[in-house]
Amino acid sequence: MTTLADLTAGDRAKVLAVHAADDVGLRLLEMGLTPGVEVRYIGAAPLGDPLELEVRGYRLSLRRSEAARVTVETVL
Amino acid sequence: MAISTVPATTVVALIGNPNTGKSTLFNALAGMRQRVGNYPGVTVEKRVGHMTVGGRRFALVDLPGTYSLAPRSPDEMVAVDVLLGRQPGEEMPHAVLCIVDASNLERNLYLVNQVRELGLPVVVALNMMDVADGRGLSIDAERLSRQLGAPVVPLVAHKRKGVEELRRILASLDAQPSSTPAGDSPFPAAFQNELARLHDALQTRIDESPPSADGRWPRFLVERLLLDTGYLEGSLLAGDDPLRAELRSARSRLKSAGCPVPSVEAVARYGWVAKALDGVVTRRKQRPATRSDRLDRVLTHKIWGSLLFALLMAAIFSLMFFVAQWPMGWIESAVEYAKWLIAGDETKAGLLATGPLQSLVVDGVISGVGGVIIFLPQILILFFFIGIMEDCGYMARAAFLMDKLMSKVGLSGKSFIPLLSSFACAVPGIMAARVIENRRDRLATVLVAPLMSCSARLPVYTILIAAFIPTTTLLGPFLPGLVMFSMYVLGMAVAVVVAFVLKRTILRGDTPPFVMELPSYKFPSTRNVLYRMFDRGLAFVRRAGTLIVAVTIVIWALGYYPRDAQNVEDPYRAEMAAIDTALRSRPASPERDGLSDRKAEIANEIEERYLEQSLLGRTGKWVEPAVRPLGWDWRIGCAAIASFPAREVVMSTLGVIYNLGSDVDPDADADRLTDRLKAARWDDTGEPVYNVPVALSIMVFFALCAQCASTLVTLKRETNSWRWPVFAFTYMTILAYLGALATYQVGRLFLS
Repeated sequence: MTTLADLTAGDRAKVLAVHAADDVGLRLLEMGLTPGVEVRYIGAAPLGDPLELEVRGYRLSLRRSEAARVTVETVL
Repeated sequence: MAISTVPATTVVALIGNPNTGKSTLFNALAGMRQRVGNYPGVTVEKRVGHMTVGGRRFALVDLPGTYSLAPRSPDEMVAVDVLLGRQPGEEMPHAVLCIVDASNLERNLYLVNQVRELGLPVVVALNMMDVADGRGLSIDAERLSRQLGAPVVPLVAHKRKGVEELRRILASLDAQPSSTPAGDSPFPAAFQNELARLHDALQTRIDESPPSADGRWPRFLVERLLLDTGYLEGSLLAGDDPLRAELRSARSRLKSAGCPVPSVEAVARYGWVAKALDGVVTRRKQRPATRSDRLDRVLTHKIWGSLLFALLMAAIFSLMFFVAQWPMGWIESAVEYAKWLIAGDETKAGLLATGPLQSLVVDGVISGVGGVIIFLPQILILFFFIGIMEDCGYMARAAFLMDKLMSKVGLSGKSFIPLLSSFACAVPGIMAARVIENRRDRLATVLVAPLMSCSARLPVYTILIAAFIPTTTLLGPFLPGLVMFSMYVLGMAVAVVVAFVLKRTILRGDTPPFVMELPSYKFPSTRNVLYRMFDRGLAFVRRAGTLIVAVTIVIWALGYYPRDAQNVEDPYRAEMAAIDTALRSRPASPERDGLSDRKAEIANEIEERYLEQSLLGRTGKWVEPAVRPLGWDWRIGCAAIASFPAREVVMSTLGVIYNLGSDVDPDADADRLTDRLKAARWDDTGEPVYNVPVALSIMVFFALCAQCASTLVTLKRETNSWRWPVFAFTYMTILAYLGALATYQVGRLFLS
């Protein structure tokens, strides 16, 4: 299953689901990573973590471990 | 407009996402008429401003920037409590002013949707219209206002554009709560039914600690409980509360109805936001990449981004470390001048005669006040840069760049700048830790920040290295530098271990999310940057200053009393009288110079005797058995205790102890102090007190100890509790003692 952490620069993807009902999962949802929304992967920080995404018209930063909770399907 | 319902003062809560210009708007509305404090029991700053529009008085309550009203910690609960009127001693707001970023409406309106459910009148401040414009977005504010059912005021807060219009709208506000029509809830029917059932059931329930001022359960709080992921239930309900079971079954019913908690909230609200935004935003032209995007590509680039970050950090650090020394020198000179005005010297009588009062004013009050002001250059420099970085959007990138590194010790990227600044001075470093929202991360950061070797440790290292570290060994001229470097490494290494241990013991908890916005870049506003800089400086002087002065006065008293003049000065009286007669009768001659020198020496000896007899000196002697294993005599113990207000005091105390007078200037008098230190002998054995292991043991002690009252007071102010400064002092003193003990005992085997 593809997650947000598996994308490479320039990829576009559609969110399928966000896992876990804890604070991190809730934060991801609140920041707009809801099922059906489209995201664009911008890149990773120089040390390889965290990641930068574009979602709902703004730039979002999140760690790899957090991105791995979001399953996506890539959009061509 | 129901004028009759207008209260004497209309309370308006200001809320918004981070990076929306909320503080700028708050300052634009309230100006200087604001009060800063803390909410009890949490580390949330409380800011209340006042304004009068058209004869109507407003109290503006600035709430912390947040993405959501779903509370996950006591700090986040403050906003909910204030908005619901549950915060003790705070009046329930009559209206909410919601500030949103016009260039990022979708996510910002999520919070607006939550706020609407409070049932209070809402005004939306549509800020950063210029940024939206720069991105080629045009926004139909009137249409948005219609679709939101709330007034919407377009703003460019940092240019004061639209602020008058906003004031006008606030002045005409109807302060009557407008209960949200049930049909207006963004949630699906299944959720609304569950909520209504729970809410109705709770109307008859009487709680010991009422959930609101009138003892009733507000609908908003019940909704939050139903959507809660743990925190709220734990803080509002007892473990055996039957409501818990009801909530659980309601949630499982919702799950089978296809709206699982908590994702139902995000899905429903973003659905509502899409409707509210329908036809509101039009993209004028499709621009593939904005200037902000291009800038971001460079600033987060693997090589260029890291290089620019390193350069920026180096610049901030050198300014704090080196350039700040100039204004600090001026402050020191001004303090010396003030002391001279009071005490005078051989040629001029002071304003106060010699005695306890003069000593109190000079060594207690003036030293204390000087000890507060001396921090301002470094605080102002750091907050000038933090202001620029926050205002232009780089602050979040700095955290983004450093997160991987800091997460290795269990912290986040946001801890980097506070810790780096602490190498110059822990006081601004601890103050800068405010940007860390998570309480545990913030505490871990401020508790290890004082371990970074600050500029005040430098004179201690310099003098001891110059005096005792030989340059004639195999390593030759590199050894002194290497010793200095190891002191810095020691502080860092211990900080890493302490942070690691803290995060696994008393500050244990789930890793806080690092999910945050990377705001778009914009040119920083001078007004914002300067305002922030002076606001922090003033906050330090006002809130920490008085305590620092008080501590200095207490330490002064310990070093001054008891003062048995007879006992101390009598042995010298005959000699002094003889010198005075001789000086009067003889004209200028080498002999005369010798007599003057002897007179000054006697004065210093008397100063030393007084110190020895004072409570401080007695404590020094009393702790000698405890510090003897460190290789220290009572004099060093006494100097270490006397340096509690500030580490650099250790040098002037040693100066007094070794008869140099108290104004030892580390640069000018280092040689004299070095000679005295080398000449010092144990009272009992006659062996030299100082050797390499002793010098190293003192250095290790000062690298790790918390002998800085200003740091501890700042910790108290920033954590809103005495618990943490006491904790920091205790753990650091224990580590410093053990470190010095190990250094001396091991060093003795190899080096003496």
